[in-house]
Amino acid sequence: MGACGQNHLGYPQLDIVEAEQSCGPSGNSPMWRSLDELAGDPRVMALARREFPSLLDRLVDAPSRREFLRLMGASLALAGLEGCIRQPEEKIVPYVRAPEQIIPGKPLYYATAMTHGGASLGLLVESQMGRPVKVEGNPLHPAVPEVMSKANDATKSSLRFGATDAFAQAIVLSLYDPDRSQTVIHAGQIDTWESFYTQLRERLEKDTTTGGAGLRVLSEAVISPTLVDQIEALLKRFPGAKWHQYEPINEDAAIAGARLAFGASIVPSYDLAQADVILSLDADFLVDGPQRLVDGRAFAERRKVGGANAGSMNRLYMVETGRTQTGAVADHRLAVGPREVIQFTWAIAAAFGLQSAKSRFSEVIGVSQSWIDVVVGDLRKSRGRSVVLAGRMQPPVVHALAHWLNQALGNIGTTVTYRDPIVARAELNSESMRELTEGVRAGEVSTLIMLGGNPAYNAPAELKFGEVLAGVPFTVHLSEYVDETSAQCGWHIPAAHLLESWSDTRAADSTASIVQPLIAPLYGGKTSHELVAALLGDPDAKSHDLVRGYWERWHQRRGASDSFDAIWRTALHDGVVAGTQMPPVIRTLRPDIANALEHELDAINELPNAELQIAFRPDPSVWDGRFANNGWLQELPRPFSKLTWNNAVLVSPATAAEHSLKSGDVVEIVISSGSVKLPVVVVPGHPRQTVTVHIGYGRTAAGRIGNSVGVNIYPLRTSDAPWFAGIDRLKKTGTRVNLATTQHHHLLEGRNLIRTGTLAEFVAAPQHPKFMDVDEDTNPQESLYPQREWAGYQWGMVVNQSACFGCNACVVACQAENNVPIVGADQVSRGREMHWLRIDNYYDGSPDDPETYHQPMLCMHCEMAPCEVVCPVAATTHSDEGLNEMTYNRCVGTRYCSNNCPYKVRRFNFFDYNAELRENATMQLRPNPDVTVRSRGVMEKCTYCVQRINEARITTEKQDRTIHDGEIVTACQAACPAEALTFGNLNEATSAVAQLAKSSLNYSVLGELNTRPRTTHLAVVRNPNPALRHTSDESTT
Amino acid sequence: MNPQPNSTNLEHHERLVAPGHTFASVTDKIASIVLARQLKYGWVIGFALSFGLTMLLLFATAWLFVKGVGVWGIDVPVAWGFAIVNFVWWVGIGHAGTLISAILLLLHQEWRTSINRFAEAMTLFAVACAGMFPLLHLGRPQYFYWLVPYPSTMGVWPQFRSPLIWDFFAVSTYATVSLLFWYVGLIPDLATLRDRTKRRVPQIVYGILAMGWRGSARHWRRYQDAYLLLAALATPLVVSVHSVVSFDFAVAIVPGWHSTVFPPYFVAGAIYSGFAMVLTIAIPLRAAYGLKDFITDRHLDNMAKVMLASGLIVAYGYLTETFTAWYSGQQPDLYVVENRAMGPYAFWYWLLLTCNIAVPQFLWSARVRRNTYALFALALVINLGMWLERFIIVVVSLHRDFLPSSWGMYTPTFWDWSTLFGSIGLFVALMFLFIRLLPVISIFEMREMVEHSEHEQ
Amino acid sequence: MSGLSADTFGLLAEFRDAESLVAAAARVHQEGYRSVEAYSPMPVEGLADAIGYHRTRMPIVVLIGGIIGLVSGYSLQYYCAVISYPVNIGGRPLHSWPAFIPVTFEMTILGASLFAVLGMLAMNGLPRPHHPLFAVPQFERATRDHFFLCILRTDPLYHERATRRLLEQLGASEVVDVPL
Repeated sequence: MGACGQNHLGYPQLDIVEAEQSCGPSGNSPMWRSLDELAGDPRVMALARREFPSLLDRLVDAPSRREFLRLMGASLALAGLEGCIRQPEEKIVPYVRAPEQIIPGKPLYYATAMTHGGASLGLLVESQMGRPVKVEGNPLHPAVPEVMSKANDATKSSLRFGATDAFAQAIVLSLYDPDRSQTVIHAGQIDTWESFYTQLRERLEKDTTTGGAGLRVLSEAVISPTLVDQIEALLKRFPGAKWHQYEPINEDAAIAGARLAFGASIVPSYDLAQADVILSLDADFLVDGPQRLVDGRAFAERRKVGGANAGSMNRLYMVETGRTQTGAVADHRLAVGPREVIQFTWAIAAAFGLQSAKSRFSEVIGVSQSWIDVVVGDLRKSRGRSVVLAGRMQPPVVHALAHWLNQALGNIGTTVTYRDPIVARAELNSESMRELTEGVRAGEVSTLIMLGGNPAYNAPAELKFGEVLAGVPFTVHLSEYVDETSAQCGWHIPAAHLLESWSDTRAADSTASIVQPLIAPLYGGKTSHELVAALLGDPDAKSHDLVRGYWERWHQRRGASDSFDAIWRTALHDGVVAGTQMPPVIRTLRPDIANALEHELDAINELPNAELQIAFRPDPSVWDGRFANNGWLQELPRPFSKLTWNNAVLVSPATAAEHSLKSGDVVEIVISSGSVKLPVVVVPGHPRQTVTVHIGYGRTAAGRIGNSVGVNIYPLRTSDAPWFAGIDRLKKTGTRVNLATTQHHHLLEGRNLIRTGTLAEFVAAPQHPKFMDVDEDTNPQESLYPQREWAGYQWGMVVNQSACFGCNACVVACQAENNVPIVGADQVSRGREMHWLRIDNYYDGSPDDPETYHQPMLCMHCEMAPCEVVCPVAATTHSDEGLNEMTYNRCVGTRYCSNNCPYKVRRFNFFDYNAELRENATMQLRPNPDVTVRSRGVMEKCTYCVQRINEARITTEKQDRTIHDGEIVTACQAACPAEALTFGNLNEATSAVAQLAKSSLNYSVLGELNTRPRTTHLAVVRNPNPALRHTSDESTT
Repeated sequence: MNPQPNSTNLEHHERLVAPGHTFASVTDKIASIVLARQLKYGWVIGFALSFGLTMLLLFATAWLFVKGVGVWGIDVPVAWGFAIVNFVWWVGIGHAGTLISAILLLLHQEWRTSINRFAEAMTLFAVACAGMFPLLHLGRPQYFYWLVPYPSTMGVWPQFRSPLIWDFFAVSTYATVSLLFWYVGLIPDLATLRDRTKRRVPQIVYGILAMGWRGSARHWRRYQDAYLLLAALATPLVVSVHSVVSFDFAVAIVPGWHSTVFPPYFVAGAIYSGFAMVLTIAIPLRAAYGLKDFITDRHLDNMAKVMLASGLIVAYGYLTETFTAWYSGQQPDLYVVENRAMGPYAFWYWLLLTCNIAVPQFLWSARVRRNTYALFALALVINLGMWLERFIIVVVSLHRDFLPSSWGMYTPTFWDWSTLFGSIGLFVALMFLFIRLLPVISIFEMREMVEHSEHEQ
Repeated sequence: MSGLSADTFGLLAEFRDAESLVAAAARVHQEGYRSVEAYSPMPVEGLADAIGYHRTRMPIVVLIGGIIGLVSGYSLQYYCAVISYPVNIGGRPLHSWPAFIPVTFEMTILGASLFAVLGMLAMNGLPRPHHPLFAVPQFERATRDHFFLCILRTDPLYHERATRRLLEQLGASEVVDVPL
């Protein structure tokens, strides 16, 4: 796959003529049709029939306005289909150099970038005949670690991939979402951009007289330099205008903390590769934060033992108020409440001599002194090679203390560096939002322009922003969906999807990336740039020109001699703009920091000290709710709970016992700001001081996928208690719900599914660690039949369970690459989820403080495959290269193979799960053309991405050479930030996978069955502090 | 038409046919059931009910084909549900017929005579019901014929290492041989009906089916040889068929399936349920048509004894399963035992043991064996028990296998149930038709019995 | 010979019970009659021997059927799995003979059974919907309770009156001409 990209270098302008021919007769067809024409058009009728069954009969006589609206949607979806070959008119530059035109069936890769979690993520998007179908990471981007980074130079010559996360993987599905907003809407009626602009101009002319005193712009955190530039221009034009930024999941605490420590809102960034000891104060740094992927990689690299880096393993102490993926892989984990975190941090700081702090916290409630001593000891031992991180949910004081500790430990400059924030105005989101709301209440606001965001849904509860909105005479909402906020606004403007947009963004080190579209807007969406340009009086501005213009000016300012065209081309090609990186800033702590902290502390002591606190966490799948209409993410099993299509209250076994709760019981939680009813999921290891709920659910206008999934938590979330709130009452309602979980049983039942040991044990006997031989039966027995010779390529995979931290990126990547269908909550609750790759998680030890293990499970491609033998029609057979292959069109669906698969990795199409895909014109653009879409009644499973293997084989055979190690990268492997998955040729002694297969930590899951799996696992090695062994002892027995 | 008083006093209990019967009387008595012009009221009711259930089966099947097997409760890990349970259950029931005809014939068990005919019919219908399920349970039933080895344009063939292929051959062979066996047995009686009936149409139909049988001495000789050889062939076949069915499980690696004791104890179970079903049919039948002279209490007694014996073998099978699980020392195998006894389906497991092991112990008492009501009740209990056994084997083994992460549950849906009861309806409806259209007892063999009993005196 | 009517099939003598039939049949056979056939509502011991029919060829027929089934069964599987469609199934060898046994066994039984039934019918000359005997009204009781002995006209010793007299002597309750 990589190499092919290299061969068919992309070309600026895709050959439209050819593409049109291949995509049907009509190019851009008129978007607008009269109702009669529309109703007469058989295609529209067919589409309408599928989309709005109830509509059919009523279609004949004059339909209501709503139906008219929906029908318009239908026609536009249709236009979307014809839009499939519509390339952007502007020049876009592919990632690799190009042939004369596209070769059908050969993908091109374009670099772009997505902004999520406060910074950009560099992407390479695979385009098949002008259709973006798959997302990979862009290794040239500073926030993206390269996959197979250790591969030899021969491989480096071919196309390289970088890691991604679940959100990035899922954006291609959102692009083709038929529920996306498709037209300008004014007061609930279809309207046009032109008439919007006319009204906007009138409105602005009124405002100009007052210097725009009534004009407000509300945006999400803006990182795009061009947009910042535009908005600043707008503010110059209207001096009275104000610009507000709001994100429900924000860094307010971190910013405040930095101000507290340095008097400046600077942001830390970490170099975990250098860190021997990591103390995380409720920071889920492996899956959250602007640097998550590189941090995850750096951390994982230090967790991989065996071979070269035997003793170089780091040690992670986690103090957390909930259950996080980072905590799950920690060597020592302290599950506590929010107050204990503060106290703990103080105690540590005191131990390192923070003045006058000691007096305040002689002893720490809920934390054993030995724990503190051990952590202090370890940190002291590794001065300059340790790091202390604070999570976004922790109050400013904890962040400040973390800064202070890093300073005290001499980590600044080695493991910790500081940078100026990349977000346009490092302001406190909640304050900005409150200010705006007050403005509206006071009637100062006459015009409110909202660039994205969904404040009516996710603004702090006490502001009642949704209601307040009605008070603004002229409101405009630019959004991808007609969502809760759009419904409250006079004007709704459809926003272009990321993959349809020209824009730019920055990484944490402020390296800029140009966002280039892969496809012209399917539904004629607008970008923020175009809307702001309209505000500035230019309704026809193209965002391409705006972005290019900004960077051209930037280029001139630098006064460099070389031509901008070249710079621009390279920037688009590489996905990063050279020379935009900012150097770290050096700041010293405020001299009066101690007193400042003490003062903070008083504030905290005033907080109500509830027995049980509720923690509002960003959802690992739908984030703040913006991904609610993305089926892949909705169906993605949430970590620990393995829950899909719902949010729930995660409680500790202790809490569950206290209220006699079982998973599925619905409880009512009452806090000062309100109450909520949610089902419970009991999660071993969850702190007993808190219960966790995830925000982002209970959407009412998300789309057909996301509507009324779960319960909306925002009404409980106020700006002074955004993350934690004391629970007044938690009551069992007596009703039960059937939770759509993909894993119901999390105990090992005394089976040797996971080999695990400590670093000490490994170092004692690196060649043969004693924890590896658990059971003599696990060596494959002799077979009656003669053994088989395996020659040539022999594919295999090794899963490093020490590195995997269960971020789920691989699961979505697999779903995207292999056209794995979404089955919905009901089917999941019936045990019919279709994921080819799943991450099992197991608990071992006491329910209160168990060891947690992630075990990625995919088809093992057994050499002695039990599934193949029982198939009556030879629909599943073995290839010469050791692949266990499914022949879909031979399968009659006896499901015997699934019964006989001890790993239960086979998935069956109980219904026609792809019906909608086949019927919906827009969604038909999505699937990966290299992979069959499976029909009803056939079995399916992981193929090791055989399409990628074959692609590489064809390429290399044409070049008359063998496939280099790392030239084939499976979808899951490409996505994995930890490089926990390694794929390759087991017959090639030097290949990475062959090396790992030889490792003394390598074992076959259920090897005793003599299935001879090709996918093997590496034992989980952890690095507990001997001084604290007793805790890990009691948790591993 | 009914010259004989019912013989109920004890001395006749040991007889296989009541005294005083002549060739003519047995012939007329049995033939009359078929040749009687008017329909019995009870027959109409019974047929209507069972036919209604058959319609339910058709409805459920139609819905299944429209929507897909997802309408059932199956999932991953429990990919096989009621369909396979019912299949094994029906195949098991289908064993008594051929067994009674073949093995008892070879063993010169004369008492088989008056029950073998409808036992064989029962076999055919049970196998028909059974054969339906492997088809229905396919994800793509329209391609069932891919299991047949035929030269396809794709040049692909079935995969003969799969127990499902063995199944396919075993069951179809069994169906064919049972049909032949049944038909050969019918030929002389069809001739009798041909000559008894006064109406034209039946004469023609029975005439064609009788193939011109005249009862010539040479024919009888070849006929008897062929029938005996057929019996000799059918006997190992009966054993092989349920052994092969048990391979579906024994050959797989699923804990709770992967066990060498399966073939023998499946066969025993088959006989067990088969005889239970024969009793379930025989008792009402002889009451309804006054056949107590031919299906005497001694018949019931003997069948009860066979049930008891096969029941004990089944019990031994359960014991061995548990023992080998313990002996293997493999955690998954041990867990199967634990899970059956204490898991979420424990109730059904204990109910199974009650039905198949505890209750049948009453059969030790002659009084129970001679009490038709008790016997009938017992037969029903055992039918239920044997169905539960298959449910426990199929579902409870699958729902918790090797990886705790993929453990699941199985909950039957309305469509599962309607397919089960629908198949029962089909079976009963076919039985009703058979009773009306063909002699339920082998007439010529009854004549032989009469002759022998005359010799005895 | 005299009094031969070309349109008769033979003479049919009716008996009341099996014993007299067997006796008569034996006697007739002694007299040298060979084209003789006896009819009874159920198999009667010794009747076939009495008319000089001692052993059938059924066993060999069945054996042949069995062998054909066995060979075809195994070779079918061998051809499919090894010659025509050799694929790697679960790492097992192409010719994994233990797995081929069940089908072979079933095919053997099937072959044998089919030959048994079809062979029996063929040798009995069935199906034969019409037969001269069916024209005789009394004969319908042959499938109920009466026993018959029939001497065919084609027998060299056959003589209209002599044969009839013989049969009557043997205690036939009735002797009738069977028209052809």
